[in-house]
Amino acid sequence: MAPTRTALQLEHRAALVPLPGIEQGMDRAPRLQDVDEWGRSERARKIARRLYSPIYKNWFRVTWEGLEKIPEKGGALLVCNHAAAIPSDAPVIMHGIEEELGRPVYGMADFFFRTVPWVGTLWSRTGGVPAHPDNALRLLHDQGQLALVFPEGTKGPSKTYKDKYQLRRFGRGGFVEIAMRAGVPVIPIVCIGAEESMPIVFRLPSIAKALGVPYMPVTANMLMLGPLGIVGYFPSKFKLRVLDPVTFDVPSGQERYSKSRIMDEAEGIRAHMQETIYEMLRERRSVWFG
Amino acid sequence: VGRRVLITGLDTFWGGRMALALESDPEFEMILGMATRDPSVALERTDFVHADQTYSIVSRIVRATRPDTIVHTFLVTDSTKVSGRALHEINVIGTMNMLAAAGQAGSPVRQVVVKSSTLVYGASSTDPAWFSEEATRAGRPSTRVERSLVEVEELVRDFAEDNPSTVVSLLRFANVLGTDIVTPISTNLSHPFCPSIAGFDPLLQFVEEDDVVRALEHVTRRRIPGIYNVAGSGKLPWSEIADLCGTRLLPLPPVSTAIAAAPLIRARLIEFPPEIRALLRFGRGVDTSRIASTGFEHRYTTAGAVDSFIRAVRLRRSVGRAPASYTYEHEVEQFFRRSPSAIRPVQS
Repeated sequence: MAPTRTALQLEHRAALVPLPGIEQGMDRAPRLQDVDEWGRSERARKIARRLYSPIYKNWFRVTWEGLEKIPEKGGALLVCNHAAAIPSDAPVIMHGIEEELGRPVYGMADFFFRTVPWVGTLWSRTGGVPAHPDNALRLLHDQGQLALVFPEGTKGPSKTYKDKYQLRRFGRGGFVEIAMRAGVPVIPIVCIGAEESMPIVFRLPSIAKALGVPYMPVTANMLMLGPLGIVGYFPSKFKLRVLDPVTFDVPSGQERYSKSRIMDEAEGIRAHMQETIYEMLRERRSVWFG
Repeated sequence: VGRRVLITGLDTFWGGRMALALESDPEFEMILGMATRDPSVALERTDFVHADQTYSIVSRIVRATRPDTIVHTFLVTDSTKVSGRALHEINVIGTMNMLAAAGQAGSPVRQVVVKSSTLVYGASSTDPAWFSEEATRAGRPSTRVERSLVEVEELVRDFAEDNPSTVVSLLRFANVLGTDIVTPISTNLSHPFCPSIAGFDPLLQFVEEDDVVRALEHVTRRRIPGIYNVAGSGKLPWSEIADLCGTRLLPLPPVSTAIAAAPLIRARLIEFPPEIRALLRFGRGVDTSRIASTGFEHRYTTAGAVDSFIRAVRLRRSVGRAPASYTYEHEVEQFFRRSPSAIRPVQS
């Protein structure tokens, strides 16, 4: 009853396609933007990279070690320690890997971002994805992408300066379970320098509660630079080290995995990362010059 | 033996389409529609009976006509069309009566097909990008349509549990766009301005109207039990959909959105029912791999559904609104179906 599209119509539709290089669906319907199913837009990323490049190169002066351990294709779950009131580590890692390896990184973060007007949209267009286990599984297993997670969650960036470089609890080890289910390696990354870029002096829990935000920091940047300090980072030197990928000798695709195994693996990764942080801090001569 | 199908809501968009789709197939020996108003499509051989909204006589009809399949399309998913009370009566009480009739002692009904909606998943900030059929919604439903649909699905689930020998197929359809259907979203997109919420550009998923009917037909023909999402692949940002449709976004403030929208709704500039408010903030996507695994292929992607819709809008704009020509005339239809003078193809 419903007439199927004729070849002529299909041809005509193809001729309407206004922009080259945009992924077309099977029915070749025209599109105008290059926003993918996660909300990421390569065009938005390109602009973001152009704007962020001077900060990456000249402000934080980022250096990497072991970048070759990140595969050029196939899924992998990148995990990193998390710090600074407005975390400065996520954009650095996403920018660095996209520039060096030329492949996208999806940064998984708290749902809270989605509720903030403009910020949430910008975050999504530049590669942010809500940290839902289903999202991670689809990215890693079905699509073979790189996903970046911070297992400490908001406990990392919300800690005050006295706890710097002390890894918080790694959630409930969910990241290990996802990697097992997706059958991809976990690649730990250690980041030095983020802690000092926007250290928290104290927090205002009652204001956070009133505003409905995860935490309300008062940072050294605010105290020293005033309003500019709300978004202005200190120029700490960033050093990142990629650790050896961790693979799990378990079949992928299972509904459940041994809880004790998950906790052991998560704790093993956490211990290795904490040890590496201390190692790198032993080697560091200056917060500002590395 | 041929199949005997009872369709609820024959006067609705989907009931009429479904009857049309089944009529061409002689395997369906009887197609009977129930509706509160006259059918709006020209049907060749579908029988039609007037019934009140709650189907109090549905049990009698089932006993008298002995259908083996009930296709329940009379579910309202658009709160702008009916009052809150009518919505509850139609969705919840209607489904209850339909299921009671299907489950009565000695019931001939072997399959029940229910046309639900992805509205049951809601839309919130904590949603996964793609809902699977097992996923649960983030919070309690806050809109009337969603509440009633969730209740309908509970009834259907209970029915399936109590009647293991009956095939129960529940399809959840994403928001529909297409050549003919009119929904709050399609109305907005065909206006010069369409509402958006400032600072939010959600990713939306659509299903084309032909795919809706094809999916209903697919599970009916093959008697496929279970719950399935039906939606075009891919998601598009609301801003891009508006661009494709040649309409401008009219941003409403992110706080007090409903208050700001109220005068615009009253002035009939926009449609902004409660069930699309959260959608225009957080969007929604559903995973369709399960229905794909039963051998169903969508003809349209989300972008394809948007394209199909806007092509029809362009045509209507050029030639004027296509005349909704069909008017049901009871005597004429009865004549063709009953009169000894009318030669009907012999049912095999």
